[in-house]
Formats: sequence, C-alpha cells, structure tokens
Amino acid sequence: MTTTAVDSVAQSQAARDAVEEFPVVYDVPDDAALTDQILSPIWTRSRAWWPLFIVSGLLAVLFIYAMGVTFVRGIGSWGNNVPVAWAWGITDFVWWIGIGHAGTFISAFLILLNQRWRASINRFAESMTLFALVNASLFPILHLGRPWFFYWLIPYPATMGVWPNFKSSLPWDVAAVSTYFTVSLLFWYLGLVPDLAAARDRAPGITRRRIYGIFALGWRGSSQEWRHYRVAYTLLAGLATPLVISVHSIVSLDFAITQLPGWHSTIFPPYFVVGAIYSGLAMVLMLILPARRIFHLKDIITEAHLSNLAKLMLVTGSMLAYSYLCEAFVSWYSGDPFEYYTSFVARPLGPYAIIFWLMLCANILTPQLFWWKRMRTNTVVLFGASLLVFAGMWCERFIIIVGSLNRDFLPSSWHFYAPSWVDISLLAGSMGLFCFLFLAFLRWVPMVALSEVKRLHLDMRKERQPVKVRAADGAAS
Amino acid sequence: MTLIQPSRKRKPRARRVLGEFPSVESLLAGIDALKNGGYDTLETFTPFDIPELDARLGLRRSRIGWLVFTCGLIGMVLAFGIQWWANVHNYPLNSGGRPVFAIPSFIFPTFEGLVLAASFGAFFGVLAWLRLPRLWAPIDEVEGFTSASIDRFWIAVGAVDADDSGERAQQILRDSGAIQTIAPADV
Repeated sequence: MTTTAVDSVAQSQAARDAVEEFPVVYDVPDDAALTDQILSPIWTRSRAWWPLFIVSGLLAVLFIYAMGVTFVRGIGSWGNNVPVAWAWGITDFVWWIGIGHAGTFISAFLILLNQRWRASINRFAESMTLFALVNASLFPILHLGRPWFFYWLIPYPATMGVWPNFKSSLPWDVAAVSTYFTVSLLFWYLGLVPDLAAARDRAPGITRRRIYGIFALGWRGSSQEWRHYRVAYTLLAGLATPLVISVHSIVSLDFAITQLPGWHSTIFPPYFVVGAIYSGLAMVLMLILPARRIFHLKDIITEAHLSNLAKLMLVTGSMLAYSYLCEAFVSWYSGDPFEYYTSFVARPLGPYAIIFWLMLCANILTPQLFWWKRMRTNTVVLFGASLLVFAGMWCERFIIIVGSLNRDFLPSSWHFYAPSWVDISLLAGSMGLFCFLFLAFLRWVPMVALSEVKRLHLDMRKERQPVKVRAADGAAS
Repeated sequence: MTLIQPSRKRKPRARRVLGEFPSVESLLAGIDALKNGGYDTLETFTPFDIPELDARLGLRRSRIGWLVFTCGLIGMVLAFGIQWWANVHNYPLNSGGRPVFAIPSFIFPTFEGLVLAASFGAFFGVLAWLRLPRLWAPIDEVEGFTSASIDRFWIAVGAVDADDSGERAQQILRDSGAIQTIAPADV
C-alpha cells in the first residue's frame, strides 16, 4: 500500500464502496491464518501439481526440440515463404508480448490509480507478464536466421566496426522488450521481498528458512525500510506504466512504418496496445479462475475482481472493435485500391477468411456478455469467454501478419502460407513453457501479495463498514 | 534465526527494549504513550506498510526519488549518446536517404534507456539505501521476532541507559497493550 494520507483515502474509499457491487475482500480469519493459507502450497505437496508440471514440462521439451530444429535446419523448417516472410513466429511474438501487458496494467497502472482491488491479483498478473515475456523474447531471436548472433543487435564496440541501425524499428524492439522484461522483473521482485520475508519466518526447517532468507535479502519490515520501499515501489510502478503504452506501440511500428497494405496505418500503436491489454486480461482470468478454486482464495479474490476484470475486458474489447472499424473506414476513405482490397476482399473473403471471421466474432461479440452482472461473476462463462478472446487475439495477430503479407501489391507474388510442424510445435511448446513456469511460481513463490492484502484487510475494517460475511455455500476455506 | 554468525568485533549498540503488539491500533497507542513518556528513539517492525507511522516517528518522505531521477537522466543521455555516436559520429549510415542525425528515430531507445536506468536506480537504490542484503541482524535472535513479518507489530525503544533496567519503558509498553516485552537487549 503506498498511500500517505490514509484517512482521506479511507473516506474516498468509503464513498466508492457505495457504488461497488461486491466487497474486494471477505472477512478472512486473521493475518496469521491468511499467511499460512497462502504459503501452504509452498510447504505441502499437492497431488494435482506433479502431473500438470510434468505435462507442461514435456511440452516445454517439445519447445526446446523445435528450437533445436530451427537452429540446425534454419528458418526453412518453418512454413514461411516469400512474400510471407514473417508468419507464425512473429504472430507468436506479438501475441505473447501482448499478453504480458495486462500484468503490468494491473500491477502498475492500477496502483497509480489507487485501485485497491489489485492487491489480491497483482502477483498473478506480474508473474504472467514475466513468463509471457520469456516466451515472447525467444521468437524474434529464433527468427533471426542465425540466432547465435543475436548480440549483434546490441550496441557494443565490435571489432567489425559496425553498429545497429537505430533508424530501423528492430533495434527499437530490442530496447523495448529487454527494458520491459528487466523492469517487470525488478518490480516483481521488489514487491515479493516482504512476502519472501514472511515465507522465511514461517518456513519449516532450516534449509528452507535459509533459502527464503537469502531471497528475502534480510527484510525485517522496519519503519525505515517501509519508508524508502514505499517510494521506490511506487516509482517503479510509475516507470512501468509508460512501458505498457510504449512497448506494444514500438512493436506495432515494426509493421506501421512499412508500406504494406494492412500494416501502413497510424492507428497501429493504440490499436496494438488495446489488443495487448485485452488479451492479457483474458489470460489473467484464465489463470486466476482455477487458482482461486484450487487454493481456496475466494475470500481474497472475490466476485469484485472477476467483475472488474470482465468490465475491463468489455472496455478494451469495445476499444478494439472501434479500432477495427477505424482501420476499415480509413482504408476505404484513403481511396487506395491496395488498402481497399486488403480490408474488404483479401481478409474477409480470401484464403484466411475463416480466421478473420473467427477473430471478429471472438473479439467483438464475446465481451458483450459482460454487460450483465450475472455473466461477469459466472466462472464458467468467464473462463469460456477468456478462452475465446485468448484464441481470437492470436487470430488477430495472424490476420494482421499473414493476412496482409500473402496478398501484397503484385498478384504474381501472392503465395499461400501454411505452418509446418515446427511452427505448431513452437506455439504449443511455448504454452507448455508458460504453464511450466507458472506452476513453478505457484509452488515456490508466495502467490498473493500478502503484505498488501493484509493492509487492504485492515483498511476494510477501518472503514467501520461491516465486512460482509460470505454465504455459507461452499465459501468457507 | 541464525544465518550468519555475528562477528565478534561487532560494535556495541545502544540497548533497546522491545514490545510486541497484536494490532495496529495498539501499536499506535504504544508509540504515543512512549513519546509522552519521553522516549523519542523509536523504530517499528511491521508486516505491512503503515504510512501513519511516519508522522509519529518523525520520519520524512524518502528522498530516493532524486536518485531515481538522476539515474533516469543519465540513462536518457547515455542512450541518446550511444545512438549518436554509433549512427552519426562513428559510422554515419545512409539508410534510405534519411538524414544521418535523425532525432525522431532515436526517441524510442532514448526513452527505454531512461526507464531502464531509472528502474535500476529505484531497485538497487532502495537496497543500497537500506543496506540490504543484510541476512543477519542482532534483532533476529529475539525470541518470537519472526512474527513481525506475519501478524504482529513490534516497537524497539532506543536510548535506554546502560544502568536503566528498562522497566519503565516495558511498563509503558505493557500498559498500551503489548502482549510481550523484552528487557533491554543489544539489538
């Protein structure tokens, strides 16, 4: 919690509560019980965890194998051709990096807007960002052709005497993605430090106490520590916030600064950012819905969180629909026959028409469910809708990239694109790696920002508002 | 908790009396009572941030922002400088006939350099400022102190004279709701 004028905040929060539909935290027993509950997956083995971990680990092995094939045989092992020189790999890159954006949005953006409900889910969201970025950053490197020379993209004084060309958008990507990953990691770790200290102090056995003690860096929660920590953490949030906007904007410039119809468009930066947050919100929901059930977190991840995430999906989904509309309008209004052809013939009627219509339906129609409160809190609907948006956003990246490249200016150069087994393995494998890392996170890292939830719980009590007690139906954890 | 054995040459510190409180309200009451009793050197240990403490303990707002600001400026200048050196000075590159010194295209890495350096400043700055990592401190030896990261709120009352039994401070702590007090200790 980073508020300084707590009393005035409490007042404004009380006012806000009048319009809030659900409490952001139910009456959890007490701080010690809460700590033990959140930390228990770290100390006790769960039977369901190992099979999941092994399956996702096997998929991650498939990822490594497909990477090995790419290394040895080159990009020729992918389905890419000319003119579809960017295809599945860049689709995966743009999609994964977009998914990461919602994590930063939830953890950094919402802290600055003083949205206290973020406390229960920010750790999930930030971890998702990190693991999505691990995947995202691999794809452009694999696509280099000679991936072992990836360091040529970094400006270092090489004996060759040449430098990266900073007038190209690709070194911008390198700067943006590496900065984004580093800042996300620092922000995630700094937020973890007080919770790692709690894990250290609750650890059974000296070995685990030592391991968590080392990672907790000797945090003791003194008034001096909190005083500096609070400011440093908020500043990191403030620094991460423009990254939400800038990273996907820069990624979109890879496309927008070219002249290809369907890419050459000034709407691309906001269009990409909105789509990124949208797909990431779907991913956050897909992660917290099972976690909430398995780890009995319904008292701290309440209907308020689900409803708020659904509302955010409705907002970003509507902004995305508006972007689609704008793009279509401008390509018609431009009078450019190539733009017109791409938007109104090649995409809706061309070889990838099914994917185009799937994208439109999944991304625009699905969130319309969330106008209804009942839909926003129905976990089955939420999960299904998130899955649709998750897939729909991949389709969008595919349509933007392959759907534009395979029908460029010269009909004689048109070429159909189909993925190879390596492409498919890379996508499936990257999902496996993501799940592998996320399961490892659930097993070894405090999955909820304990110190923030404790503070949130205190604030709720402070408002002297009777904390609503859940109905007994299966809510007791 | 003993992670690293204390050095035998450790400088003797002022002895402190400790009190353990069950709630934030009793902690704040304890601080007020101690201040009324003339104890000014206070430090608290809490499981979460309590900004209300700053005014009571006489702590000013952290100045770490200036460090972050300076780091950000350095990162910005460095990132722009690298691009200028690389593409304008050391190896002027004609890329599609665009001007060699194309400032707009340098904006993005410059911004990223700013954010990266400022973030390093915030992260490593706060650790250096707090002298972390510090895996062992004398206070870790206090029985039950680990609750400070879970659900209890501790006050360390400093400036207890060597001949003071600390009984008065302990009494104040107990009167304001402490569930446990620790006699003057070298923590």
